[in-house]
Amino acid sequence: MSDKGIGARILRKEDHRHLHGRANFTADIAMPNMLNLAFVRSGIAHGRLVRVTKPADAADRVFAFDDLVGVKTLRAVSKLPTYKLADYPCLATGKVKFVGEPIAACLADSRAEAEDLAARVAVEIDPLPPVMDMVASRAPGTAIVHEDWSDNIALTIQIPSDIDEVVRTAPVKVSGEYKMSRHAMVPMEGRAVLAYWDDRQDQLVVYSATQVPHLNRAGISDILDIEQRQVRVIAPDVGGGFGLKALVFPEEIVACWLALRTRRPVRWIEDRVEHLIADANCREHHYRISAYADRTGKILALEGEVTVDAGAYSVYPFTNGLEAAMAIGNLPGPYHVPAYRGKAYTVTTNKPPLAPYRGVARPGVAFAIEQTIDAIARAVGRDPFDVRLENLVPAAAMPYTSVAKKTFDSGDYPEALRRVARMLDLPGLRERQKRREPDGRLIGVGFGCYTEQTAHGTSVFASWGIQLVPGFEQATVRLTPDGGLEVRVGVQSHGQGMETTIAQVASTTLGIDPARVNVVHGDTGLTPFSTGTYASRSIVMAGGATSRACKVLATRLVRIGAHLMQCEAKDVQVKDGKVVGPRASVEFSEIGRVWYMRPDELPPDVDMGGLECTVGYRPDPDYGTFAYASHGAVVAVDPDTGVVEVLDYVICEDCGTMVNPMVVEGQAFGGAVQGIGTALYEESPYDDQGQPLHSTFADYTLPGATEAPMIRIDHMISPSPHTEYGIKGTGEGGNIPTSGLLANAVNDALRSLGAEVHETPITPRRVLEAIARARKAAA
Amino acid sequence: MKPAKFDYERATDVAHAIGLLKGSGGFTKILAGGQSLGPMMNLRLAQPDLLVDIGRIEALKRIEKTHDSLFIGALVRHAMIEDGKAPDTTRGYLRSIAGNIAYRAVRNRGTVGGSVVHADPSGDWPTAMLAAGASARITSANGARSVGLDAFFTGAYSTVVGEDEVLEGLSVPAFSDHARWGYYKICRKPGEFADSIGAVVIDPARSYARVVLGATDGAPILLPALASRVAAGQAVSIADAGAAIDAVHSGFDPFDRQIHATALSRAITKALAA
Repeated sequence: MSDKGIGARILRKEDHRHLHGRANFTADIAMPNMLNLAFVRSGIAHGRLVRVTKPADAADRVFAFDDLVGVKTLRAVSKLPTYKLADYPCLATGKVKFVGEPIAACLADSRAEAEDLAARVAVEIDPLPPVMDMVASRAPGTAIVHEDWSDNIALTIQIPSDIDEVVRTAPVKVSGEYKMSRHAMVPMEGRAVLAYWDDRQDQLVVYSATQVPHLNRAGISDILDIEQRQVRVIAPDVGGGFGLKALVFPEEIVACWLALRTRRPVRWIEDRVEHLIADANCREHHYRISAYADRTGKILALEGEVTVDAGAYSVYPFTNGLEAAMAIGNLPGPYHVPAYRGKAYTVTTNKPPLAPYRGVARPGVAFAIEQTIDAIARAVGRDPFDVRLENLVPAAAMPYTSVAKKTFDSGDYPEALRRVARMLDLPGLRERQKRREPDGRLIGVGFGCYTEQTAHGTSVFASWGIQLVPGFEQATVRLTPDGGLEVRVGVQSHGQGMETTIAQVASTTLGIDPARVNVVHGDTGLTPFSTGTYASRSIVMAGGATSRACKVLATRLVRIGAHLMQCEAKDVQVKDGKVVGPRASVEFSEIGRVWYMRPDELPPDVDMGGLECTVGYRPDPDYGTFAYASHGAVVAVDPDTGVVEVLDYVICEDCGTMVNPMVVEGQAFGGAVQGIGTALYEESPYDDQGQPLHSTFADYTLPGATEAPMIRIDHMISPSPHTEYGIKGTGEGGNIPTSGLLANAVNDALRSLGAEVHETPITPRRVLEAIARARKAAA
Repeated sequence: MKPAKFDYERATDVAHAIGLLKGSGGFTKILAGGQSLGPMMNLRLAQPDLLVDIGRIEALKRIEKTHDSLFIGALVRHAMIEDGKAPDTTRGYLRSIAGNIAYRAVRNRGTVGGSVVHADPSGDWPTAMLAAGASARITSANGARSVGLDAFFTGAYSTVVGEDEVLEGLSVPAFSDHARWGYYKICRKPGEFADSIGAVVIDPARSYARVVLGATDGAPILLPALASRVAAGQAVSIADAGAAIDAVHSGFDPFDRQIHATALSRAITKALAA
């Protein structure tokens, strides 16, 4: 073991280049003879595309659908019954289906000139009535987005169950409607691609801001119909992904096709307006929940109807059905729900595609369920903390299989909630609420609990039947001749700090200093295949594979080391970057020197695989390991302005064995602040004609330093029984509970006014409107 | 996005700038700090044919104190006032406002004159300067004129400054030792565009009182009825402020009316407590 391995709070190896502005993002890369790409986009939400007229002097630099010979549409398939295909053409054809949909591609030497050219392309569209409301457009008789469909419902999922008896007899019933608004994902770096043909390699080389380089390669190869050996995808530094960059989009395919056609490097860098209006959005869910409980608030049954606004097209390869599948499967949350009936609709509208975003559907689920728990508490006249605590799955029940067939592997959920309440001083807060605040604001406290299924693998994805089914994750490890280590993994690190944490895993396994480990990732030409970074899987999967590969490498080091020390392999071990025998030790550098430079000194029966090996890994069972946490917050609501301030925010989380607690805390803090964005600030609204109303950061509000509270965090450690070193994933969880608990806190604050808000973001306008409604109802 | 093609000229002095403005055939914009014009050009919301950069005209950077006023050149940057580079003739009023405009990066570049002449309703200076009783000095080929800010703004993004005129600066009356002021800005987060601004200056020694509502859908609004009340030392509740707003503007929706009334009431409370 090394003191910098698993569990050590070491600084990230990535920090230096990022803090000194020396990172290398796709937009930093310029090639000789490079062309820049800009798109002509639809200004109409729904309409028949009649004509695209290119400027006569530039017809060879403008490309529309008919020009894309040999380019398939993006088709996201799913085996889920009732799923309908919603193919995404790389340039619009027939109809345009959302404002911002790409219609034509324009090439010029600079981006500004490409935009000039785009402005000269004439587009004629016959407008059709837009489909904008997901709940209303489920009904027959509304306009239809996809003309070969009979309605706008892309997918219906049901979890049938007979709960009629409970419904009839339960002493307490609460019902609510909860709405999460659509918003954008807003990574610091938007999407970006630079593609060129390399004659020497006989390859299309694609620099891309992607989380999933190998899937990207598969997608580009499939859609452009070229062999996968002829595509190399390199993800250089990538500035955040959050799920957006786990997808393949038309703009990237068009850039690749243009590079093949022009035989010149072609670059497209998404700008912020494109991101806010035309890129995939997230989060737009509508819930109708009924919960049935006994008089103490113990849940007897749960009934939920989820509607997901999937936008116009199904995203490749994850599909538009994943949100609803995750929502309906996770609706009971971390609570013991004896009976459950659920139905989920995925509805197509004239908006940009909806895509999985950090937390994937579960922030919406938690928004609905956490408010339901508080509603039950109000109905039975108890503190929401007590009702929540009594409904959580208890530690003694682990492993626990939920009514929705999720198996929670380990943990003490109630203890995490108790610790959060202690950190907040709940009794003190209840006393404080009885006194008036000197500034006239209203204080509220809210809690949220969740589980996060992480690193779910083959069995889960195969049941969805989408293109992507993750299998065995592989890592290649190689001892360098001077005793350093290279680790090659097919995942991609774009803020997760995996260049550090995977090195820490190697450090624990081999005793090598992480400073002497290079983690190579994000390049199909250099790394073993991986489906990539998503589903909070990478440290479990790539970390696990690294550990296994290092263990195999260790056996080879031991064999050579024992030979050099003239002792038995069984008497030596790998320790502190050395092979240590009964009377002597050999540095890794010496073993490297012998293998690479002095093979005459090797044992005669040496493993010819040498000091390099690729080993695969998959947790067993592979249905995912469940991290969990409780979060709690105190808010102050100004009843005159509607402004909500987060005064205090605390977290108690458990992601099993922590590889680097600072990285875990960074993920938790970042997730929570992103959750504050969903809860209080971020929204992509449309008018009734489908025009986006938030197209720049002047309208679209993100939380910043002044909106981020000083978050306090506590850790519990319940190692997973199923994974290498007991590691669980932790990348996404931080933002799952935030909207729900902040809604609870705001509604707790507003309770004296009789007002409630059940829609994100909880803007001043929504708060004041809720107060006005309550006053009107009381009058 | 990147700006559309434009021509660029750097003016050496005010006369040169005016000559460039008069001589241009197309749509011409003056570039000062560029903190609003730059983004608008990048978004192609503004596509001037010619940009006249006045950024190096030293005469527009002067700050001058007289016995009863402070002249602030159009090119004085927010940060200079925030950092106390201008004499304090307003009992800290201007300095406090400057320090809360957008973000420091914007304050380093953005100019007082640019803000006033851009007349973005959510900008701080149009409302703050109107409340302070400032007047604008405007120069053209025909000479200079002075216009009180109460006659300066003609609507959102619209002023009396003509196409071949240059705003030279603003003259702000000095506050007396007993002047009081209150300023209350409501925005989604610090640095964001304001959703409402209430600005109040009371200076009994000069028999002066102004109450201004900013960040509306048009030019900042003077509320003389409220000014008389605060001059008499009377508090103004949110309901009172709402009623005063209704008397001058009937178009606000209930939310906007509520936050405007709150901003006014709170600005008045601050001024009376000062």
